[in-house]
Amino acid sequence: MSSMTRPSTRAEVTAPAAAKAPRARKSRVDPLYYFFLFPSLAIFTLAVTLPAVLGFVYSFTNSVGFGDFEFIGFRNFIAVFQDDGVLGSYGFTLAFSLVTVIVVNVVAFLLALGLTSRVRFRAALRTVFVIPMVISGIVIAFVFQYLFSNSLPLMGKGLGIEALSSSILANPDLAWVGIVFVTAWQSVPSAMLIYIAGLLTVPPEVYEASSIDGASPWHNLRHITLPLVAGYAVINTVLGFKNYLNAYDIIVGLTDGGPGVSTRSVAMAIFRGFEGGDYAYQMANAVIFFLISVAIALIQLRFTRGKGGIAA
Amino acid sequence: MSTATRTIPAKSSAAGKRRFGGGQERTNWPATALLIVCTLAVLVPLYVTISMAFKTTGQAVDGNAFSLPSPLTFDSFTQAWTLTNFPRGFMISVFVSVTAVIGEILVSALAAYAIVRNWDRRLFRWSFFYLLAAMFIPFPVVALPQIQLTGLVGLDNPLGVAILHIVFALAFNTMLFTAFLRSIPLELEESMRMDGAGTWQVFWRLIFPLLGPMSATVGIFAFIASWNDFMMPSLIISDPEMQTIPVLQKIFQTQFSNSYNVAFASYLMAMAPAIVVYLFTQRWVMSGLTQGAVK
Repeated sequence: MSSMTRPSTRAEVTAPAAAKAPRARKSRVDPLYYFFLFPSLAIFTLAVTLPAVLGFVYSFTNSVGFGDFEFIGFRNFIAVFQDDGVLGSYGFTLAFSLVTVIVVNVVAFLLALGLTSRVRFRAALRTVFVIPMVISGIVIAFVFQYLFSNSLPLMGKGLGIEALSSSILANPDLAWVGIVFVTAWQSVPSAMLIYIAGLLTVPPEVYEASSIDGASPWHNLRHITLPLVAGYAVINTVLGFKNYLNAYDIIVGLTDGGPGVSTRSVAMAIFRGFEGGDYAYQMANAVIFFLISVAIALIQLRFTRGKGGIAA
Repeated sequence: MSTATRTIPAKSSAAGKRRFGGGQERTNWPATALLIVCTLAVLVPLYVTISMAFKTTGQAVDGNAFSLPSPLTFDSFTQAWTLTNFPRGFMISVFVSVTAVIGEILVSALAAYAIVRNWDRRLFRWSFFYLLAAMFIPFPVVALPQIQLTGLVGLDNPLGVAILHIVFALAFNTMLFTAFLRSIPLELEESMRMDGAGTWQVFWRLIFPLLGPMSATVGIFAFIASWNDFMMPSLIISDPEMQTIPVLQKIFQTQFSNSYNVAFASYLMAMAPAIVVYLFTQRWVMSGLTQGAVK
């Protein structure tokens, strides 16, 4: 979108500037502008770039976080690829992100469709649906942890459902379901608002024209609505992956990585670098994690190119 | 920007349908009913939190989360208040959030203004892309060196967390502000400069007030994100006495794991401020999110 607005402002800039272009060209930048820009560049460099470079350097050492260390080449990286625990955390994080992205997009799209149709109490309903977005992830995870480990088993026993009669969070095969549920619970609102914005860009005349032609609501959804909101789905997918790959708060609140290490995310594995003394090792892990995140983002951006110009 | 105005035509388009579509104006009651049922997914966990908070310890341990509190008691709130040292945690969380809100608005607005007005100069253009790169660097990737560095320079405290919030939101906020600034016509500014105003005055008297709606959006998101965050404070703040409200809730998992009513009272006090802020600022939350995504 920014590329859309740029040419128009350019035109505005050049039109008045043309008259006194020679003067504007020669004049130097007001030094105040450097002063305006400086704080952001400074804190960004000190708080992100410097740690990133340090971490990259440390990943080739045997540092434990303090004291002497020596460079050991790619040994950390090789070890990461042979570590079942770390590989397990990647498997979990990727699978969890993928499932959550799908669940969130489907639920958010359906809610957005509902909220943009001719329903009553639209504003009130929307207000309620957005609430999860503003609740702390760890706090709501604690609430759901209680529900999953106390209330749900009681209901399961009452209804005679074997799988639910004990806490799903204590079951290595089912704990991830609880994590997907709570993460989706918190992420649906923002995706829904983006879908609502997308659905409102579809001019109602389009639907009117197609209903005159005798199209069914299903046909409208399939051939008008879905293609037109495809770009918004891409936005939600990109933003979703960005969040879910870094999952931490909700998992800490629900299972803390357990049972065993079955729900340990990559972020949790990296943070353990401070407890276990495998500082440099987890930095290597962080470098790999960074490369994978960038790769996933780039793959998604390639997809975006084909899907209209909304995110471009 | 356009999405903010688009939400309003939604109503007029419904009116348009009423005129042309004939018979279509009826409220879709099945969809309404379905959506009301769906709100239970949001309301039930909130109801459980509230009702548990008002129960006695005896009732809270019976396992029935959905029963109404009887008798109703406020004891759990006073207990949660002292157990978590709520006033101290509250002040620290307020400090982190307020610093993040003011910092995010000021730092990004100033940078965006400098970048947009000097877009034809390489330094400013490259700075923009440099800041945008932050979008690709999530906190976990740089967390370990960051924890070390903040400890080294004495920022392993709430101030350090606030600064990190400002940094990690920088890319997104600068993008929002630059997009908004590009839509402000330069003529306004030039006439003010003709009258002898300098860059400083132009920014504070003209540009910053014009950025108001965008600053509101950035500020509200900064508040919600920093108030609710667990990851950064739990890793950066080394002194447990200086922890923010969300991190303090952990004691109900470790030390007081059977006082459910006290725990839920504490959870309720932790989530209430963000919910209240949201209810009063909804308009900016809705428009801000869609602007950010579409831009």
